[in-house]
Amino acid sequence: MSFINYSSREINCKIVYYGPGLCGKTTNLQYIYNKTNPETKGKLISLSTETDRTLFFDFLPLSLGEIRGFKTRFHLYTVPGQVFYDASRKLILKGVDGVVFVADSQVERMEANIESIENLKINLAEQGYDLNKIPFVMQYNKRDLPNAVSAEELRKVLNPRNVPEFPGVAPTGVGVFDTLKAVAKLVLSELRKGGQG
Amino acid sequence: MAQQLVMYEEEFHRINAVCDRLTKDANAKVVFIVDKNGQLIAAAGQTQHIDTTSLASLTAGNVAAMGGLAKLIGENEFPNQFHEGAKDSLYMTLVGGRIVLVVIFDNRTSLGLVRLRIKKASDELTKIFEQLTKRSEAPGAGSPFAEISDADIDNLFSE
Repeated sequence: MSFINYSSREINCKIVYYGPGLCGKTTNLQYIYNKTNPETKGKLISLSTETDRTLFFDFLPLSLGEIRGFKTRFHLYTVPGQVFYDASRKLILKGVDGVVFVADSQVERMEANIESIENLKINLAEQGYDLNKIPFVMQYNKRDLPNAVSAEELRKVLNPRNVPEFPGVAPTGVGVFDTLKAVAKLVLSELRKGGQG
Repeated sequence: MAQQLVMYEEEFHRINAVCDRLTKDANAKVVFIVDKNGQLIAAAGQTQHIDTTSLASLTAGNVAAMGGLAKLIGENEFPNQFHEGAKDSLYMTLVGGRIVLVVIFDNRTSLGLVRLRIKKASDELTKIFEQLTKRSEAPGAGSPFAEISDADIDNLFSE
């Protein structure tokens, strides 16, 4: 859950990038890290194995500017995508404000995508969240690969709720910031609703 | 679902005062307060050379991982953790089930003294955070974001 500090006039929100192994979650964060001003970002922390697979999480703090005198800060996390790291994935979802699902567009990864999104639903539910209610956006990554499935097909299988979706090529940045902006907007809109409730 | 954490001026000053006093009483280098979701709440002592944001996130990750381990062996939590380094050591204590008190210290003090002082500080912090929870649950304690417009949100992304 977001943290509102009236004393330092800051608001901090947590966004988690979820998806199957090797879908490009860490690459999304690395691209954001490389393309943002040093003043607006903190260190990119990656807890990974020797072969650069995410072991626990990546973390990137990002400042987006002020809204009504409050500094807005987003903490971006990735989960380890490999199936057997499920215990770690659950921990990282604690206190989440918004989720980005990074899907791997390659046809041979369709099953892994489906398995991962089902796993996301279950793990969120364990924390008391409903994927149908929390801020959620979808990125269809690896659109540049020849074996990529059509966006329509991905939508049919992964996005029946029709949340905002973006084609992505994370290493070159295609769709990376569009995805981040979309989820950040949804999180801020949710905060507004929270205030009315 | 975890409740949203809201910090007000008065409690923030009281928490900082507890951290300052703990730093002095325990002869510690740095004292941090982090919430379990990885947000830094307060810091005192020699914080200049420490990346406090990263520290907060890694503390939360560590506490979450150890909590997961505790459950695997039938414990609810490990409320205290001590990590000993060559020069600096680190002590983490769960306070009120919601926040983590982190103390970094070197050989100018002792683990015994640090533990003793942490106990007192953690009792005080428990009370302050209980009060904070009550206050944010009180009617009329809405989000400062209740009034923002779509334009405000769009402006953030205009550059």
